[in-house]
Amino acid sequence: MTAIIDYGVGNLFSLRSSFAAIGEQAEVTGDAAKIADADRVILPGVGAFADAYEKLCQSGMDEALRRAAASGKPVMGICLGMQLLFERSFEYGEYPGLGLLKGEVVGMEGRIGPGLPIPHIGWNALNIKRPGGVLKYVNEGDCVYFVHSYYAAGCEDSLTATTDYGLELTASVQRGNLYGCQFHPEKSGKVGLSILRAFCELEG
Amino acid sequence: MITKRIIPCLDVKDGRVVKGVNFLGLRDVNSPVELASYYSDCGADELVFYDITASAEGRGLFTGILREVASTIFIPLTVGGGISSLEDFDRVLKCGADKVSVNSGAIRDPELVKKAAWRYGDQCVVLSADIKRVDGQFRVFARGGRDDTGIEAIGWIKRCVSMGAGEVVVNSIDTDGVKGGFDLPMLEAVCEAVRVPVIASGGAGCAADFTELFRKVPEVSAGLAASIFHFGEVKIPQLKAELRQNGINVRL
Repeated sequence: MTAIIDYGVGNLFSLRSSFAAIGEQAEVTGDAAKIADADRVILPGVGAFADAYEKLCQSGMDEALRRAAASGKPVMGICLGMQLLFERSFEYGEYPGLGLLKGEVVGMEGRIGPGLPIPHIGWNALNIKRPGGVLKYVNEGDCVYFVHSYYAAGCEDSLTATTDYGLELTASVQRGNLYGCQFHPEKSGKVGLSILRAFCELEG
Repeated sequence: MITKRIIPCLDVKDGRVVKGVNFLGLRDVNSPVELASYYSDCGADELVFYDITASAEGRGLFTGILREVASTIFIPLTVGGGISSLEDFDRVLKCGADKVSVNSGAIRDPELVKKAAWRYGDQCVVLSADIKRVDGQFRVFARGGRDDTGIEAIGWIKRCVSMGAGEVVVNSIDTDGVKGGFDLPMLEAVCEAVRVPVIASGGAGCAADFTELFRKVPEVSAGLAASIFHFGEVKIPQLKAELRQNGINVRL
């Protein structure tokens, strides 16, 4: 069973439905015991970093997530959920993250050059840096759906794919049993579902 | 590099798609679920569902349909129509919408944009503006393009973006239904004024209109249309192939 952590952030309807679509059991839960029992864990998230981090900690889900990460079972952060895995974020100030991955989250404003809309919204191609893992079924150049204004930087040691938007933005990361996607696999059609399938096939 | 998005818009009344849709091979041409799946398979990058129901009963049917679509189609879904409160946002987001588009609701209460962006994030709030030229000025119209609000459109859009609208749909009343192409001067004016993605709507009659749109106003992120897709006048796979041949980056 895959536990999708519920900490009051974001819309989990599609994420839950997409696991159902690939025939995998998934439960949206804020129960630490269920997360401890799960075979794998998803940390979702949309909205602002500081607010989400605070909610994660207030709900006690930060500890549940740390225990899951330490247990060696596959853990994947999606969008803001991925950003929370890093050391800090500069979204509306400077805020600490979970620090499970090396790197920090910075804004596109002033870095991607003028002429490109912010947020980065839409389907963009993946440049695969390190194949396998959750990208097992993904081909170079496959498009996935992004919605974000901030991105992870300084994470070369975990980088598995990038996407071009003024510069090469971090699209996905992996280190050990920790995975992260900046894009939304649950909104990325067949390519996205193949990523969730590959995640479910990982050995814990 | 990011691809230009092609977005079909479906009008839904009492849980059924209106404006006869004539595709071959669909068992039920008015079923939102079948149509959504058809468009998703064709390569639509996103879908907009516009609820034109007025009754509470119709609203219930709509959210039921939305739930069903969101359980089977895994591309972004935007919902609009009659959104005038945070409760309306909540109702459709819980049923699987990813983004909510506000139009008249924001004109009645501009704070709605701010409140919704604060609660659900900027990415969730799409400002939809029906715009028409009046006395040499771009003017915002309300109630489906019927009422001149007297509000100057560019200032209105800037204000809504500063309050947290994460995307803007520009629907030109001047070109809507004419099928003579998108309203390029209006789109240019909006793209110059805001940094968020701008979606062009109103005026597309053929595939070449999309090519012209993305060539002449490259800042535009997406093209939205309804009847030309529903009546098969423009087929999305051919449209995307043509765009790519013309050097415009699309997802195939």
